[in-house]
Amino acid sequence: MRKIFDFHGGIHPPENKRQSLGEPIRDAGIPGQLVIPLSQHIGAPSAPIVAVGERVLKGQVIAEAGGFVSVPQHAPSSGTVIAIEERPIPHPSGFRAPCVVIECDGRDEWLPHTGIDNYPGVSPSELLEHIREAGIAGMGGAGFPAAVKLRQKPGATVDTLIINGTECEPYITADDALMRERAADIIAGAEILRHIVGPAETLIGVEDNKPEGIAALRAAAGDSGIEVVEFPTKYPSGGEKQLIEILTGKQVPSGGLPADIGVVCQNLGTTVAVRDAILDGRPLISRITTITGEAVAHPGNYEVLLGTPISHLLELAGYDATRNNRLVMGGPMMGFTLTDTAAPVVKTTNCLLAPTEAELPTPPPAQACIRCGLCAEACPASLLPQQLFWFARGKEYEKLEEHNLFDCIECGACSWACPSQIPLVQYYRASKAEILQQRRDHDKSEQSRLRFEARQERLAREAEEKEAKRAARKKAAELKARQAATGAENEDPIQAAIERAKAKKAAQQQAAGSESEVDKLEQAVVTASKRLQTATAKLEQARAEGSDLVDALQTGVDKTRAKLEKAEQALADHRAAQGNGGALSTGAEAAPVDAAQAAIEKARAARAADADLSPRDKARKQLESLQQRLAKSEKRLADSRNAGEEDKIVEALEASVERLRDKIAATETELATHAAAENH
Amino acid sequence: MALLRVTSPHAHGPMSTPKVMRQVLLATLPGVLVLTHFFGFGTLVNILWGGLLAVALESLALKLRGRSPGFYLKDCSALVTAVLLGIALPPYAPWWLVAVGIASAILLAKHLYGGLGYNPFNPAMVGYVVLLISFPVQMTAWAPPRGVGEVPGLLEALLACFAPASYDGVTQATPLDVLKQNNSLLIGDLWKDNPLFGRWGGAGWEWANIAFLAGGLWLLYRRIFTWHAPVAFLAALALMAALIYDGGSSASGGSPLFHLLSGATMFGAFFIVTDPVTSAVSVRGRLVYGALIGLLVYVIRVWGNYPDAVAFAVLIMNFAAPFIDHYTQPRTYGHKTGGTR
Repeated sequence: MRKIFDFHGGIHPPENKRQSLGEPIRDAGIPGQLVIPLSQHIGAPSAPIVAVGERVLKGQVIAEAGGFVSVPQHAPSSGTVIAIEERPIPHPSGFRAPCVVIECDGRDEWLPHTGIDNYPGVSPSELLEHIREAGIAGMGGAGFPAAVKLRQKPGATVDTLIINGTECEPYITADDALMRERAADIIAGAEILRHIVGPAETLIGVEDNKPEGIAALRAAAGDSGIEVVEFPTKYPSGGEKQLIEILTGKQVPSGGLPADIGVVCQNLGTTVAVRDAILDGRPLISRITTITGEAVAHPGNYEVLLGTPISHLLELAGYDATRNNRLVMGGPMMGFTLTDTAAPVVKTTNCLLAPTEAELPTPPPAQACIRCGLCAEACPASLLPQQLFWFARGKEYEKLEEHNLFDCIECGACSWACPSQIPLVQYYRASKAEILQQRRDHDKSEQSRLRFEARQERLAREAEEKEAKRAARKKAAELKARQAATGAENEDPIQAAIERAKAKKAAQQQAAGSESEVDKLEQAVVTASKRLQTATAKLEQARAEGSDLVDALQTGVDKTRAKLEKAEQALADHRAAQGNGGALSTGAEAAPVDAAQAAIEKARAARAADADLSPRDKARKQLESLQQRLAKSEKRLADSRNAGEEDKIVEALEASVERLRDKIAATETELATHAAAENH
Repeated sequence: MALLRVTSPHAHGPMSTPKVMRQVLLATLPGVLVLTHFFGFGTLVNILWGGLLAVALESLALKLRGRSPGFYLKDCSALVTAVLLGIALPPYAPWWLVAVGIASAILLAKHLYGGLGYNPFNPAMVGYVVLLISFPVQMTAWAPPRGVGEVPGLLEALLACFAPASYDGVTQATPLDVLKQNNSLLIGDLWKDNPLFGRWGGAGWEWANIAFLAGGLWLLYRRIFTWHAPVAFLAALALMAALIYDGGSSASGGSPLFHLLSGATMFGAFFIVTDPVTSAVSVRGRLVYGALIGLLVYVIRVWGNYPDAVAFAVLIMNFAAPFIDHYTQPRTYGHKTGGTR
């Protein structure tokens, strides 16, 4: 006898399963229209590949998987695609979502399909491809693509494959009916999964309130080595984490996957779907759905084509809308209410519950929480629901995370047990959504901040470089002007000619010797500042992500900054030497060099001051300084034109004015964008 | 019928807060009956007069706070407070003493903090301590138990409450008092000479304690609260008494059994320490909370200024409950450790 473990908490709500087990599984037939939502699973929605007006056959792919975590959809019956549009879907929010609508022709004409004759001879990855192609997503409720869940990480080993036949929710008997009527198929499906996963042991976990199902499974399992494990009925033992603890005594690490502890879990209905896909080549186009509750006259289990409108099913089951107070898809503990009966049955629809007011009364107003702790006793995750409620009311999100809100599986046991009838789970759902939204917002603003800062740095650097170049040009122009002037003023033409020749020679030497040197040094400064830029951005990102590389990156940034400073120093030294020791070392010569340096310093200081400003203010400030510079440049240009200076100088000045105008235009656009963003 | 749009779960268990409160009220019955048997109708008069006042003040407070009295009175929490305070007060207390106590409990300790569920301190114990500090004479005037003195009738009980000036009742120290004052006699001699002492604890008191224990066990059976806090409380108190008890010298502080069956021990263990609102919430937290109350009760009883100590010990630990909660968070599924990260 296998050792059975217990999990913390749990409750024993009335089971109410008998009502829907009176009759064998019935066929729900072909409705007039089938509505196939493109997203019936967790992951990317499928992409339709049929056109309106196209005739489709039963089992034909009508939408392809939209990504790795996704599945395709198939036509559940033959007919014509009459629309691809938004229709009501079964969703807690009452959403509409894109669906393929098929007008059935009633002929139920299959696309030719065959199964795999000898699957043990086929590789697991090929079988997984078949499972994916068959559109199989977890049929227990979450709808996670089965092939993704079954795929093993390279090198990982699986100790235990668990088929979840617990069905712990009250009212639901879809899996129970499968066990009673299709036990051999369940075992066949389990064999296929075993072949794919290669576990040390394969278990089928079933609560002890399904003795007939257990007996049928045990008979079908024979000596296959698949063990049917029976354990005491307690809600929510069918929760994946709880079932794993019951059967193995191990807990799935918080935030981890069952695979982390060598366990793979699949739902019983999914197992049968896998069998149908591999042995018959039949995609997932129908499922067993329990229809129950006192507002239906013929409760029971129905084999339903996916996409069948709920109204069709309700009619079949003898639904009395006047007696029904709410329509629940799923069970009474975790199901959600539907408001539109046009919504279709999807891959995860295990139950439709139509209770009367007496059966599941309208919740009364909540009374005060007296912190009695019944919720904590019931919680299967060992949380403190009363504390979580307290923090949720106070919007203390940090405290909520400290108290492991995200380990809540939303099973509803706490709300069920609460004597004050407080809708605890509702508070937790809302808080989770709020925290997730905050995280997204934070990430987004962090990203925009980094992007903005990087841009500002780049703009400032470009401005600096341009300023430096402009200063260099100016220096060259003035040098020439001065040469011309000195030449004109000289009284002794011979002396002047000698002087000129000397000066020219010296200038040539200087130019030959140091122009390239300056270029090199300038290039070094630019490179170093670019590197510093990149390194700082990386550091910021690492900080934002809380990476452990922060320290290493910090060192890198410091080193780069030192290099930059060194390069700048070298450049400044060189310029100083050039200014002081050069052949044309007059005061007027030295000034532009210093001015260039001063401009760089000024720009740097301005940039530092700008760091605290809002983007809009920064842009505005930049615009102002640009306009001032433009005014200056225009004046200088006018002066030099008036003074009849050399064409080259005038041209250079004109070019500089042009550039400034372009810049102003760009900055104005930026400013307008910021203003729009802020107003928005 | 328009379909409801509500979130899961759709089913609800059978437990409700009014039911919890009514069961607590019911569970005090054996203790109240035993007290009435030994001390007369004084306790019942306290309870009835206090209950009336409590419901009136609760309605008033709810109205002032803009809450519907009709809905919130249903939780019966005001009645529970009144019954607990009525039991704790000396029988034959004057009407104003009860009134001050109830007003402190309902208005000060409960509604000023936001009503049921938001009060950090046990309202009945706040009422009790306010009275004990303000009116020590009236609060220590206990009637002698049946067998030691005359037990007044119903009429005298009503007179004592509503016309205290015309009532001249006999009062006497409680056994805990006597033990505290004793500094020369061996415990055995004290026991022999004083009819106030019964078989294990105080005469009459021991039976009242046993009756409250029975009520408490019934509540445990009904799963109204868990065993952790009361058991930890009783165990810590008994352990302290056992450690200090030296077999019966005048400084021995009383035997473990004496402490378990004297004063408000059992009443406190099952009706005060178990107050969910003001206690620690986790299992480990409740063990710590109960044990520390037990320790404090012994310390105050034996070395403190007051003969009984449940009210003070409980209020002190009410202070500490959030702190205890912080450090006793259970280990969540899938986590390696419990407590705050």
